[in-house]
Formats: sequence, C-alpha cells, structure tokens
Amino acid sequence: MRRLYQRQAEPAELLLRDAHVLDPRAGLDEPRDVLIRGGEIAELGPSGSLSAPPGAEVIDAAGKHAFPGFVDPHVHLRTPGQEYKETIGTGTAAAAAGGFCCLIAMPNTAPVVDEAAILRSLAGVAERDALVPVGFLASITRGLEGNVLTEMAELRDAGALGFTDDGRPVVSAGMLRKALQYQRLCGGVVALHEEDPALSGDGVMHEGAVSARLGMAGIPSVSESTMVARDAALAAYEDARVHFQHLSCVESVEALAQAKAAGARVSGEVCPHHLTLTDDVVRTLDSRFKMNPPLRSEADRRALISGLTSGVIDCIATDHAPHARHEKEVPFEQAPMGTTGLETAFAALFTELIMPGEIELATVIERMTAGAALYDLPTPLIAPDEPANLCLVDLEARFEVGAHGYASRSANCCFHGRTFHSRVALTVAAGAVAFRAPMLAEAGFIA
Amino acid sequence: MSPRHLISIDDLDRAGIERILDRAESFAEVSGREIKKVPALRGRTVVNLFYEASTRTSSSFELAAKRLSADVVSVRSAGSSVDKGESLKDTIQTLSAYDPAAIVIRSQYAGAAQLVAGWTPAAVINAGDGKHEHPTQALLDVFTLRRRLGQLDGTRIWIVGDVLHSRVARSNILGFKRMGAEVTVAGPPTLIPRHIEALGCQAKATLDELHKADVVYVLRMQHERMREAFVPSLREYAARYQISTARLTPGQLLMHPGPVNRGVELSSDAIDSSQALLGEQVKAGVAVRMAVLYELLAASPVLAAVA
Repeated sequence: MRRLYQRQAEPAELLLRDAHVLDPRAGLDEPRDVLIRGGEIAELGPSGSLSAPPGAEVIDAAGKHAFPGFVDPHVHLRTPGQEYKETIGTGTAAAAAGGFCCLIAMPNTAPVVDEAAILRSLAGVAERDALVPVGFLASITRGLEGNVLTEMAELRDAGALGFTDDGRPVVSAGMLRKALQYQRLCGGVVALHEEDPALSGDGVMHEGAVSARLGMAGIPSVSESTMVARDAALAAYEDARVHFQHLSCVESVEALAQAKAAGARVSGEVCPHHLTLTDDVVRTLDSRFKMNPPLRSEADRRALISGLTSGVIDCIATDHAPHARHEKEVPFEQAPMGTTGLETAFAALFTELIMPGEIELATVIERMTAGAALYDLPTPLIAPDEPANLCLVDLEARFEVGAHGYASRSANCCFHGRTFHSRVALTVAAGAVAFRAPMLAEAGFIA
Repeated sequence: MSPRHLISIDDLDRAGIERILDRAESFAEVSGREIKKVPALRGRTVVNLFYEASTRTSSSFELAAKRLSADVVSVRSAGSSVDKGESLKDTIQTLSAYDPAAIVIRSQYAGAAQLVAGWTPAAVINAGDGKHEHPTQALLDVFTLRRRLGQLDGTRIWIVGDVLHSRVARSNILGFKRMGAEVTVAGPPTLIPRHIEALGCQAKATLDELHKADVVYVLRMQHERMREAFVPSLREYAARYQISTARLTPGQLLMHPGPVNRGVELSSDAIDSSQALLGEQVKAGVAVRMAVLYELLAASPVLAAVA
C-alpha cells in the first residue's frame, strides 16, 4: 500500500549532460549523460552520447556530481499544530534544497499522531503541500505518555511507516515489550529515542568537562546507552524489528554492534551534527547548540564516525528540529532542544568528514540513502527505468550557512555562519524537479 | 585589559584583577568616611535587574552605585513585567531605552548576562547566572584574602560542600587559581561534578586532609538538596562535612559566601571564631563592586596603565 505522500507535480523532462554519476548501489562512479523522461530515468549513456528529445530541458552538469536523492528517516515537520516553526511546505522545501528526495516525519506534533484520523488528515496536507514525498511514523503510545498503546494496526492501515515516541523514550520496558509483540500483527518499524529520564534528570547538555565548567546539568552518555542495551535485548527476545534513533555516544555504538552480532533485527542512525561537532562548542552558550541527544565528546564523535564507516550504524538522519526565533533567543537552559539540518546535512559531512579524508564520499552517499530500505521503502537508484530521485551537487562551490536565509521556516541551525563546501544545484524527487539553486541560471549551469 | 562587560572571571587576567582590587582599596577608604560618596558616576544610571532572591549582592551593588553618585534603578522579577511573561530580551530592550550606563543582572540561567550584553549598549555585569559564574563574588573573596595574606601565590584553598550547584565555586576556583593559589574542592561525591578537575583543581570526597589547607571556603548547603536525594540527610552531611572549630586547625582562615545555614555547613563556634572572615567578605563586597563599576564606566584604560 501507499505510504508516501506528496503533491502532484509535472514529471521532469531533463537531460543532465556530462554529470559525474556516483551511485554505489548502481555501481556507477563516472561521467554520464542522464536522460529523464516522464519523471523516470530513461537512459544513461557516456558523456555526450545522448541528445535531448523535443521539450526536454538540457542542463550542463559538467563538473557536477549526480547522487541518488537523499532519504532522511528522521525529521520534525511540526505539522499539525506548530506551523509557526515549520510546515510541510517549508520543511520539504528545505529538504529539497539539501538534496533530499524522501522524508520520514515524526509524530510528536500537537496533537500527537496517535490516531488514524489524524494520520489521514496529515497525509492529505502532504498531498497538497509536500514538494518531496513524505512518510509518517505514528506514536507508540497515546499522547507519547508511555501508558497505552496506540491502535497500531489501524494506524498501519492508514499509512504509518512505523512507530516512535521520538522526543521521549518508552520508559517502561513492559510497555515497549507489548508494542514489540503487537508488531507481529501489524508490522512497521519500531523506532526508539533512547534515554533514561532518571539519568538525564534536568540535563541540558552532555555531561563532561564543559558542563562542569558551565555549571549546567549534564546528560550522561549512559542515559542513552543503557536504554539501547535494554531495548536491543527486548528486540532479540521478541524477534522484533527495532531502529535506534540519533545515536550519540561510544557506549551506544558498542551496544548496537553487540546486538547485531547476536543476530537481533536492529538498526541505527546518526546525525550530521553528532558526526561533526562536540560539546566544546557549547562553551559559547549559543542555544543553537542545544539538542537532544546532546553534542558529546570527541571520543564519542570518533566512535560514531567509525560506526558509520563499518556499517554498525546503518544510516544518516538529520533529526531536523525547527524552533522559532523567540523560542531559541533565551538562555541556553531555557531553550528548546533541536537544530535544523536538512539544508546543511550533505555540505556539513562533505566539508568536515569527506574533505579531510575521514570517510569516503561513496560511503556517505550510501548512508544518506540507506534510511529508505530500513523502513521498507524503495531506495533511490540512478538506473534505467527507475523513478528519477537524484540530486546534482557542485562539490567545488562554497557557501556561508544562513547568509541568504533558509528555506526552512526556522533558522536554528547549529552550523549557522560556517562556510561549507559543496552546494546542491538541483533536486529531482519522485520524478519531479523539487529544487533548483537560485543562481543556477545566472551561473550558467543551464545550457 | 579593559573589558566592556564583566560576564566571567575569565574576562580578567591577573593584572586586570589586581587593578580592580587596587581600585577597591581606595574605595574601601571612602566607605570608612562619614560621607561615603564620591562623584565618579554622577548623572549616570545603573540598573540592577534581579531575577533571583538576593540580599547581599543586590544591596551591595545598589550601595556601590550610590556611593559613586550614580542613579540606581532596582528591578526585581516579582511584581514586575517579568511576572507578566515578558521575555528577557524585551525586558532588556525596555530598560535600555532609559540609556543606562550599566545593567547588573542576576538570573537563574547560565549565560543570561552574556545574552544581555548582546541586546544592550550598556555595560553588563554578571551578578550570578545560574550555576555558572558569580565573578564579583570571586573578586571580593580574592580582595579579602589579599588584604589578610598580602598575596595568594601558593596559598592552599579548599572549597568545601555543594560544588555541583554553586556558581561561587566555579568563579572562585578560576579566580583563586589566576591569583596563584592551589585549589582543592571537597564534598559528597554526589555534589562534586564529574570532570571538575578540568577547571584546574583537585577533588576530594573527604576532609581527611583538610589540615593541609590555608583557607577553608565553605559553600552553602541548600535544604532542597536533601529532598533531591543528593545527600541522605543533613545530619549525615553535617557529621562528615560541617566545619567547626574542632575541624579547623589554628591559623586556617574560614570563608563563606553567605547566607549561612548555621549548624549545617558551619557550626556557630566556627562562624563566631576569630578565624572567620565572613564579615570582611561582606564589607569587601561594596568596595569591590564600586571598583568594578568604576573600571567599566569611568576608568580610562590609558591612564590606568600609566598609573
């Protein structure tokens, strides 16, 4: 059944001429002409070999890379109820600007997506406003309160890709166990925000030398990792399919590796900010650096990079979490948790990890698209007869984050003001052009 | 070094601290006169904005500004527009419309003073932000010790008690160290933050080696910490960590930032002993805050360097 929603758009008729196509799954890492007809990839040929049929737009992509469109399995689109932070329209515009062709939205909205009727109406909004396909998770428990299971089977029938109480952990092991048992009836991934509230307390940042200096309550890494270990054990016991969201520390990577080695059906994701920043930046007390899980130590960051490289961590997710300016313009301890990330994910990873040689470009491309299969969605592939889901990226370009504003409705980006290398020039999602860099024409990219 | 604001004790190098303390010495003399007033800040406005209860810090800032002849406006959160839900930013912009020379702010949140400095043209003085910093407390404590000891180089200072929840501990560790002292913190392991050694101090769980200290600086133990289960009981806390004359060795100096919980972190005999500098600390507060206001608002850095 259909579990992705977007607005109707005109199928693309495009010839990308001489793009360097990099798609590890398709075995491609070479210059190609890519012909898109009726929103599908019609033909791939050696550079200069394809000609544009009448009516097709020709884009001179020489010097640019074409990647399969990125898939983000963890975003907050704030709809319904918090449209002042983000809407499905602005959130998917931000996604398209970052090269994403598919998003999975979290249910911690107002109201929470805990009933089929809410999910159906949300899908309707996406069919009207979404520039790239959006799928939805429903909550595991009603109101995210951890007490009563949602009608998971009906929610699945209404289109839910899976279930999460993201933003909060499922504190009760007994409650989570029931959800994992019920998963046998309805399917769908159970995705978990792991945190033990008794250990996190009123923490606002990573517990470490920086929190000791600043006098702010810390969230110890074991708050997350003890819950990952607990829930991996439950997943193994119930043979359930569990996905661990936004892993942030050494101990969690170790717990996930052990669970996988033991054969549990578990997977994990990591965010660009946890891969590129540490708690050291919190010394500025800038509330853009406040997120949950918090930015952790350099040792944690290294463990996340190696976990991502080895495949213990399956995919990259932004945890795009927009907040309005007035909410973040307060002392750090009072500010809500979250950073936006859709518009900067690839550029952050390219600049901070790929350019210094910490991780291969092909690995990042693979991990930025791997979220689809984890949720049983088709993986974008640059191959004939596939729907066109790709982005064209200029790896030579540079830009200052936020200098020209954001496509997102919110500006709480932890990378604000940094200069990043690489820039998305064009995004095609589900066969339609979802984004073009404003300067594309002026810069002469378009023939 | 002439910072425009005083947000953190880290804003000052050793020379900067010494200059403020030297200035405070001359203002201490003013406080001894019958007419305790100099015209240094006449016609200028100082706003005291206190979001947390405070007796000695707010009164000493008010007195300091008045003794410098400034006009003083004191705003407390209770009964003000803050009570009506006004944001910190809007409050600061409103108060800034009166064109104050300085805003003195006490907030329950770390980083509040730093944020305020970005929203106002006034000089900003941090009178305590969350559990982060209280730089004027560190200055007045260094002032008090310097008067008694001449200098702090090599002085062994123990800070005892609830370090976890104490902004005084953080500013004082840094301030004492900058002046050359060796700092040790001691208290129940539940109230000593993990990684506190990163501030350059040692951490101890017992007072077994307290006799090595030249100065014992005792922190306030708040009753609510017991409810929050940081210590099993105040009785056990007092048994292990209360400073009494029996625990002090002769010649050790005793300090406390106030207000004291008599019979909890300090015994009455210790408070009233000749080793205690508590009264001198309070007195120093006015002179040091006069010096801070003067340095930020009136001193010419060039002249000061020559002097």
